[in-house]
Amino acid sequence: MPSRIVAFNLNGRDVEVMVKPLTTLQTVLREHLHLTATKSGCRQGGCGTCTVLVNGEPMLSCLLPVEDIAGQKVVTLEGITPIEGLHPIQQAFFDNYAIQCGYCSPGVIMVIKALLDRNPNPTRQEIMDAIAGNVCRCTGYEPILRAAEDAARRLQSA
Amino acid sequence: MAKLRGTGIAAVNYPTGMNLGGDPSQALIHATTTGTFVISLSSTDLGQGLKTVIAQIGAETLGVPFENVLIDTADTDTGPHCMGTFASRATHRVGNAVIMAAKEARKAMLEVAAEELEVSPDDLDTDGKGNIFVKGSPERKIDITSLALAAHFKYGRTISGRGMYIKPKSPVDPETGKMDPDSTEAHACVVAEVEVDTETGEVTVISLKSAYEVGRQVNPALVHGQIVGGAFMGMSHALYETTAPYYPSPDHAPGSFSEYIIPGPHELPHIESVVLEYPSVNGPYGVKGVGEMTANAPIPAIVNAVSNAIGVRLTEYPITPEKILRALEKSPKVKQLAENRS
Amino acid sequence: MSEVASEVIREMKREFKVVGKSVPRRDGIGHVTGKTVYVDDISFPGMLHLKMVRSPIHHGIIRNVDFSEAEKVPGFVRVLTHRDVPKNIYTILCLIGVGPDEEPVLAVDRVLYKGEPIAAIVAETEEAAMEAVSRVKLDLEELPAVFDVEEALKPDAPILKPWGTNYFIYEGHHCRRVRFGDVEKGFAQADYIIEEVYNTSPIEHAPTETTACVAKPEPDGRYTVYTNTQALFFTMDNTALILQVPFSKLHFVGGTVGGGFGGKVDVITEPIATLAAMKTGRPVKFKYTREEEMRVSSTRSAWRMYFKDGVMKDGRIIARKVISYADSGAYNRHTPYAVTKHAANIAGPYTIPNVYIDAYCVYTNRQPASAMRGFGVTPASFAVECQMDKIAETIGMDPWEIRFINAYRNGDMRPHQKVVEDATLIEVMKAAAELVGHKLPEHLLKMHSWDREKA
Ligand code: FES
Ligand code: FES
Repeated sequence: MPSRIVAFNLNGRDVEVMVKPLTTLQTVLREHLHLTATKSGCRQGGCGTCTVLVNGEPMLSCLLPVEDIAGQKVVTLEGITPIEGLHPIQQAFFDNYAIQCGYCSPGVIMVIKALLDRNPNPTRQEIMDAIAGNVCRCTGYEPILRAAEDAARRLQSA
Repeated sequence: MAKLRGTGIAAVNYPTGMNLGGDPSQALIHATTTGTFVISLSSTDLGQGLKTVIAQIGAETLGVPFENVLIDTADTDTGPHCMGTFASRATHRVGNAVIMAAKEARKAMLEVAAEELEVSPDDLDTDGKGNIFVKGSPERKIDITSLALAAHFKYGRTISGRGMYIKPKSPVDPETGKMDPDSTEAHACVVAEVEVDTETGEVTVISLKSAYEVGRQVNPALVHGQIVGGAFMGMSHALYETTAPYYPSPDHAPGSFSEYIIPGPHELPHIESVVLEYPSVNGPYGVKGVGEMTANAPIPAIVNAVSNAIGVRLTEYPITPEKILRALEKSPKVKQLAENRS
Repeated sequence: MSEVASEVIREMKREFKVVGKSVPRRDGIGHVTGKTVYVDDISFPGMLHLKMVRSPIHHGIIRNVDFSEAEKVPGFVRVLTHRDVPKNIYTILCLIGVGPDEEPVLAVDRVLYKGEPIAAIVAETEEAAMEAVSRVKLDLEELPAVFDVEEALKPDAPILKPWGTNYFIYEGHHCRRVRFGDVEKGFAQADYIIEEVYNTSPIEHAPTETTACVAKPEPDGRYTVYTNTQALFFTMDNTALILQVPFSKLHFVGGTVGGGFGGKVDVITEPIATLAAMKTGRPVKFKYTREEEMRVSSTRSAWRMYFKDGVMKDGRIIARKVISYADSGAYNRHTPYAVTKHAANIAGPYTIPNVYIDAYCVYTNRQPASAMRGFGVTPASFAVECQMDKIAETIGMDPWEIRFINAYRNGDMRPHQKVVEDATLIEVMKAAAELVGHKLPEHLLKMHSWDREKA
C-alpha cells in the first residue's frame, strides 16, 4: 500500500507527514518528528505513557492511526512546555516529587492538563478517574494526586 | 454478604549492600576554573533520586553550596567504576566513595585558600554558602570562584579528590553458613488495615501505617517517596501480581498491562509513616538505605490482616479474590455469619 | 551505654547544611518537561532494529531452523545465530566467581523455556524485523517439561543442566546450608512444634520503560552502547567477555532508567545488539516489547518455604528449621546469590538459638528468575512474619508481644554467625504501635535494642 500525506496541527503549527497506512501518531511523533516527550511503554494501549491531546481530549497515541487525526489539533508535552520555566502543572509535579523515574510523567501530565482544562476544580475522585489508565510503577500515585490538586490551585490563582 | 475487617502487623529487617560484599564503587571529583565541583561516577539513577542524594553528600563534605556540585554519570569512559544500583547499595557505597573523594578535594581547596589568606589550613572552615573563612574572624574569607581561579592560574594546583568504597568480599562456610552478608540493617514495622468482601473475595486495603528506621535520611522527601511507592508495590504484590496465576502451571502468562494486574489510583490506601534515624556506623553520614525494603513489609502485614479478617490463615501471595473465596469456605467467621442469618 | 550507642547518639545530633534537607530532584525538570533522554529516545541515521526468534515451547530439541522465507522480507539485513556469538555460553555472575557458565546468548540445540532466544534478526525497520521473525520456520522436538520446584528434584524429572542435577551446587552441597545450635534438641525441649508451608508467586518488575539498548559503531573502531542497565560496568564487562573483544573497544553510556526494581541487571540486550552492530557496521536498537518484558524478561522467583518451629509457652522461639526452594527458572541469572541472601535472612530479625536452614536454587522450564527489589529477603520477610502470627495464635499470645520477646538486639548472634550491631526492630515496633494508637504494655515499652534487660 502506498504512503500518503497526512496534515494536522501539532502544538499550534501545521505539519505534514508522509506515512504508510496505519502508522500510529506515536510513531509519527517519536520517529518522524523526533518529539520524544511522548513515551512508548507498551504500544498496547495499556500504560498511558503515550498520551497526547487531540482536540483537547487525552488519547493514546500508540493506538491512533495518524490518518484518523488528519486536520485535527494535537498537543504534546512539548506543546505546553514554556521556553523558560515550567507550566503550572509541571511545576506542581516538580514541587510535589510526583516524579521518580519520570517515564510515566509526560502521559500523566497530559491527562491532568485535559482534566483541568475542562474541570478546573476536580475532586480527588475525578483526578483518580482521569489517571486510571496511566501506569506509574514508582510513586504509588499519592504524590501524583497531590500534584494534580496543587496544579488546580495554582491555575485558579494564576 | 458481609464486609470483614482485619488488622495485621509485620516487622522486618533489611540488609544493605551486595550480598557478601566485594562490590566497590568509586568517585572522582574535580573543581572547574570557576569553582564548580564535578563528581564523576558511573552509577545509575533508577528514579529513586541517586543523582540528587549524591550531590547533597558531596556538597556537605566539600562544604560548598549544593548548586556548585554537578553529578556526571553514567559513562564508562569518564566515570570510574561502580558495581551498579541494586541491593539498596547505591547511596551507601557511592555516598562513602564520594565522601572520601570530597575530603581529599576539600583538603586541596583549603590549602589553596590558606595560601591566599596567609593562614594555616587548619584555621579555615567553609560556610556552605560558597566561602572559605578564617575561624573566629569570618570577615577574612575568599569565595570559591576566586579560589578556584587562583588554584588554576596562580598556583597551578588541581582541586580534586579520589574516593573508593568496598566492603571486601567474604566467603560463606559451606558447612555452617557462617557469613557476613551485609553492611548494616534497616528496619520497618507496618500495620495494615483491610476490609474483605465475603461475596466477591475482594480486599480493600484501608490503611498502611509504618515506622521505618533507615539510618540517616539524606533527603526526607525522597525517602518518603520510596516509602509510599514501596507500600503501593507491596500491596500490589500481596493482592494482585503474578506471572503464573495458577503457579506452578505456566499457563495464562500475562503479556500486557491488561492481563498483568496492577492496582491503580483507586486502590491507593491511606499511607502514613514515621521515620526514625539511628545512623549506622559505616554508612555515609549514617545512611543505611531504603530502596528495596519498603515493598517488603507491607506484604505480610496485608496477608496477616486478611487472615485476621476472615479467621483463616493464608500462606501464599498474591491472595487473589479466588483464593480468598476458597479460604472463606473454611472460615469459622463466615459460618457464624451464615448461621446468624438463618 | 555502649560505645557504639554513644557514637550513634553523637552522630544523630550532628548539624548539617544540605544533608537531611528535602532539596528538589536534580533530574526533575527533565522529567516533567519530557526532555530527559531515555534509551528508546535515542536514534541514529541508518539505525537497524533487532528482534528475537523465540522458542514457542517450554522444553525441546532444536532440529532445524529455516530462515529462507525470513530472508525474503523487504528490509531484512541479517540473522545471527549461536555460531556468531564468540563465547555463547555464559553466566552473568562469573565476574564475582559464580560458575559454571550455563546460559546461551542464543540457543544451541535445546531450549529450556518458552520465549528462549534462538536467533536474532536485524532489519531496516522494527516492522520488517518482526515480519522476518514471524517467517522463520522452527523444527523442534518437544520434551517433557517440569514447572514445580519439588517435582524438579525428583529422580524421574527431566534433567535440565549439563552437570546432571536440577539444582545449583553450593561448594559440593545441594543447597545453601545454615547450621546453628542443635535444632533437634531445641524441638525436643519445645512446648509447641508449629509447622507451615509458605508459597510466593513469580512477579514481573513491570517498569514503565522496557529493557532496551542502542549499540553504535564509532569511527575509531569502538562501539558506544546506550543502555538502561542498572549496572553499567557489570554489563559492559560481561558484553566484552561474551563477544571476546578487548574491554577498551566498548563504551557504555547510561545512568537514566525508567524504572528498574532489579529487572535491569540481567545482561540481556547489550551483547547481541553490540554483536549486530559489529556484524553490520550500523547502529542497532534492541528494545523489548511489553510482551517480551512480561513473558520473557526475568521475574522475581517463586519460593516455597517449609517452616518448623519449636516454641516455648512463654513465647520464645528456641528452634527453627526451614527448607526453602527458589524457582530459578531455566537459568542461574542472579538466583544462586539470592538464595544465599535468603538463607541469611530466613530466620528473620529474631534471636533463635537453634537454626537449621537448607535453601535450594532449583531449575525449572520457566522463564528465568533473577534479581528483584527485596532479592531473596521479600519471601523470607513474608514467611517469617506470617509464621510469627501463626505462633502467636497457636500459643495464645498477642502478635506484638511475640515479636518483642524474640526481637534481636545488638550483641546477639544471628544463625549465620554474625553479631547484630544495627538493631532497631523494637524501636520501629514501638513507633508503629504509637502511630496506630495501639497501647503496648509497660514491659514491652521498656525494651530497647541496645542491650538486653536483666531478667
Ligand atoms: S504506549 Fe500507548 S498506552 Fe502504552
Ligand atoms: S515515576 Fe516511574 S513510572 Fe511513574
